[in-house]
Amino acid sequence: MSVLQALEEKVSKLSKMPAPIRLKDLIRNIRAARTAADERSVVQKELAQIRDLFRDEDSVYRCRNVAKVLYIHMLGYAAHFGQLECLKLIASPRFTDKRIGYLGATLLLDERHDVHLLMTNSMKNDMNHNTQYVVGLSLSCLGSICSPEMSRDLAGEVEKLLKTSNAYIKKKAALCAVRITRKVPELMEMFIPSVRSLLNDKNHGVQLTAVCLVHEMCERSPDTLLHFRKLVPNLVRILKNLIMSGYSPEHDVSGVSDPFLQVKVLQLLRVLGRKDPDASEAMNDILAQVATNTETSKNVGNAILYETVLTIMDINSESGLRVLAVNILGRFLLNNDKNIRYVALNTLLKTVQADMNAVQRHRSTILDCLKDSDISIKKRSVELCFALINASNVRTMVKELIFFLDKADPEFKSYTSSNIFTACDRYSPNKRWHIDTMMRVLTAAGNYVPDDSVSSLIQMISETGSLQAYIVQQLYKALKDDISQQPLAQVSLWCIGEFGDMLVAGVVDEEEPIQVSEDDILDLGESLMNATSSSQVTKEYALLAMVKLSARFSPQSLERIKKIVIPYSQSMDMELQQRSVEFGALINTYNHMRAGLLERMPPMEKKDTDKVNNGELTDEQLESREISIPSTQNESKGLLDILGDGDFTAPVNNQPNKSEPMSSGGELLDLLGGLDLSAPPTVAPTIQPMGAPLNSVPNLMDGLDALQPMTTTTTATMNLMNQNTDLLGGLTNNIGAPSIPPIMAVDKDGLKVEFNFEKEGSAPHVVNITLKATNSTTNPFSSFIFQAAVPKTFQLQLMSPSGDLVPPNNSGAITQLIKVANPQNANLRMRYKFSYSTGGSTVSDQGEVNTFPANMFT
Amino acid sequence: MIKFVLILTKQGQTRLSHYYMPIELTERPTLEADVIRRILARAPGQCSFLDYEDYKIVYRRYLALYFIIGIDDDENEVATLELIHLIVETIDKYIPKVTDLDLMYNVEKMHMILDEMIMNGRVVETCKNKILAPIQLMDSQR
Repeated sequence: MSVLQALEEKVSKLSKMPAPIRLKDLIRNIRAARTAADERSVVQKELAQIRDLFRDEDSVYRCRNVAKVLYIHMLGYAAHFGQLECLKLIASPRFTDKRIGYLGATLLLDERHDVHLLMTNSMKNDMNHNTQYVVGLSLSCLGSICSPEMSRDLAGEVEKLLKTSNAYIKKKAALCAVRITRKVPELMEMFIPSVRSLLNDKNHGVQLTAVCLVHEMCERSPDTLLHFRKLVPNLVRILKNLIMSGYSPEHDVSGVSDPFLQVKVLQLLRVLGRKDPDASEAMNDILAQVATNTETSKNVGNAILYETVLTIMDINSESGLRVLAVNILGRFLLNNDKNIRYVALNTLLKTVQADMNAVQRHRSTILDCLKDSDISIKKRSVELCFALINASNVRTMVKELIFFLDKADPEFKSYTSSNIFTACDRYSPNKRWHIDTMMRVLTAAGNYVPDDSVSSLIQMISETGSLQAYIVQQLYKALKDDISQQPLAQVSLWCIGEFGDMLVAGVVDEEEPIQVSEDDILDLGESLMNATSSSQVTKEYALLAMVKLSARFSPQSLERIKKIVIPYSQSMDMELQQRSVEFGALINTYNHMRAGLLERMPPMEKKDTDKVNNGELTDEQLESREISIPSTQNESKGLLDILGDGDFTAPVNNQPNKSEPMSSGGELLDLLGGLDLSAPPTVAPTIQPMGAPLNSVPNLMDGLDALQPMTTTTTATMNLMNQNTDLLGGLTNNIGAPSIPPIMAVDKDGLKVEFNFEKEGSAPHVVNITLKATNSTTNPFSSFIFQAAVPKTFQLQLMSPSGDLVPPNNSGAITQLIKVANPQNANLRMRYKFSYSTGGSTVSDQGEVNTFPANMFT
Repeated sequence: MIKFVLILTKQGQTRLSHYYMPIELTERPTLEADVIRRILARAPGQCSFLDYEDYKIVYRRYLALYFIIGIDDDENEVATLELIHLIVETIDKYIPKVTDLDLMYNVEKMHMILDEMIMNGRVVETCKNKILAPIQLMDSQR
């Protein structure tokens, strides 16, 4: 090179721009900027300079510039042009360049950009590098951003690296394998052989990542899950070493050795032990050990215990272990640390369905949590409280919940009030308490009460004839206090409209009657109509109530009512105008019909109170029902067996705490699982519930329903009003000589059950079977229950029997009507189960009837 | 799986952000602002766990900085709280008596430390010595 050229080079170097500033200085400059505009200008200037430098292909300071680009990108400015520079850095031989390059690639790139494919070759070279740190770098980057194509290319390399002896590389390679498995599940098999040796490695990092890898693989494919069940003893051993080994300074965190590994192993044990009794068996010991040995004073210990409890709940653990787990949760609940309490409430929510009795013990603590100021804890404890309500504690729970409702935020009010209604519906001890609670909720929750509760409350009031006077008085008092709450106003107006005469008469048995005159009531009605807080629906209710009162009150009030109602015929509101015009016509022109039209309404049919309407059931089938309950849990299992398909799991979700819409199947379970135990026992021939635990009833019905969604087993109807439905009406029509020969269904130990057939006149595929049970022994059969089930293609309805006592020596019989519908014209088979007690012992049996005559349905 | 790790100041400025889930560059500042707003709304004695969209947020305040980790349902929240503490202890071991200014000026080193500890949303190493070994090696070479 001549002297001239060398001189030229030096000159050109001097005239170049000064070296770009370091990252630190850039940060300092940005911090020095006082305003956002200032900062933006600093950043833009720097970005422009960097862009120039990149264009100049300056390799010396490239790394520094990319670092600055990364920082600026983190602040939120667009910095995409740095991506290509990162690639160049990765290709450079210097370690610092590579470091920043890979960091930039991880932050700026992901698999959606096509640029990342260019990295594949550099990564491959780096994976074969001598230095472990470089290998580690490329593995990290691969693990963070690889796409399916890249995974396929580089999976072989990763698998080779899994087998090296270097722990640093192994652990990173394992996590790479995790990502590759997720992106391309077929490549999973490549990594399976190396897993076992990874788990046995001494290095905790490698063990940690190996556990991660196994967890991921088990989640992806159930076959690998089966394969890895064999690893359970290895995992148990790892845990044991961790607990037993003394203090190891490397992995110790506040006295617990490597909690992260412990937690991950417990998590993996949970996945492996789920639904597998053998694996769960192997884990029982170690779980008990971890649970008892871990000290709970620090957060670390609590983390491990939390994971242990989650695992115990998920696998088929023995009952002693479950009790231990619930006790640990109970201790968590009493902990001062909010986090721990939150975690405990969360877990209890999951376990309450499985194990309600254990959780009931902690009920008072949970009720205390309702009063906590932290919203996360409040939310969880409300859900849990609803899960815990049962017939025995419903009064106290609802009382607490109403206090909570008073002070709750609006978002809670609607959730809580709708759940209180459901809970009251199922468990209230008597009608009076039910009505009282409803009214209290209406006043507390104000306008947040869901709309259907208004109608369900009205329906309930219409059912309870005896309390109507009391109800209307209470509602009147409440309404006078506060007319702005819409649901309360609507219910009260309806009641006043219906029972206004009772209110004026002032005859109430339990309470002090108040003196209310007709004018007072009309005053109230008028103020409601004029109030701005009344919604349109409330005004409609008020109009209707006024008109109804015209039939109940004395004629002097008629003038006043006319004056109130008629002006609305000029109202701007279509609904009010229409009503007013019609009522006006009723009063003026059709006066003779008024009294008849405005009579008191008959009690209404109870409708499904759950939110999601199950389209399969019609209104007729939604009568409130009482179901014959077997006396022991075993019997219900027996019935489940009788229905043939043994391998289904009885759904356990039978608690009235769900306000979210459930699937229609679940809705159906809830519907039939919800007994209306609150209705007063009226109609005689009902089979009394024999003090069974509440849980067994939903199970029974759930069992039946899970197999036959169309089957309903209606027995006694609790309310006289429901007698006038088509089903029972149809019963009286079917008197006639049977054209189908009767058959003997059961003939055993003196019990004879005969089936007589009658065709339903209207429907050709429906047959009424009248069951006659006689007793030829000398002892009477008491508590006789007969249950039946048919294949899915049939529809079965079992009506209430005439009694439950079969007199001895054939002196009488019990009859029961069974309706069978056969829309698909198949051959009928019926499975039956009966039980009765005689001479002090209980007899039960089950069997199948195939001998139905072939011409039954033709 | 860990979705993201954030270190934010009380004023909402991002000191460090690392995402392990695919998220547009434009959405990131929105996410960070939303998260810090919810966290600042909570009183000091309250729970460290928050529900946000479909994941959970675990956070802890150290002086003027909030360390935030977003996890999904299969992670143990209490263990994640421990992880946050481990991160802080590791950073403290690397830069003794670290302050938030130190964190800011050495952000690329912080990224490297975080990379050694968490990879692709999972914990890879929890022993402080092993985490800091490559970083300290790199520093000694400079």
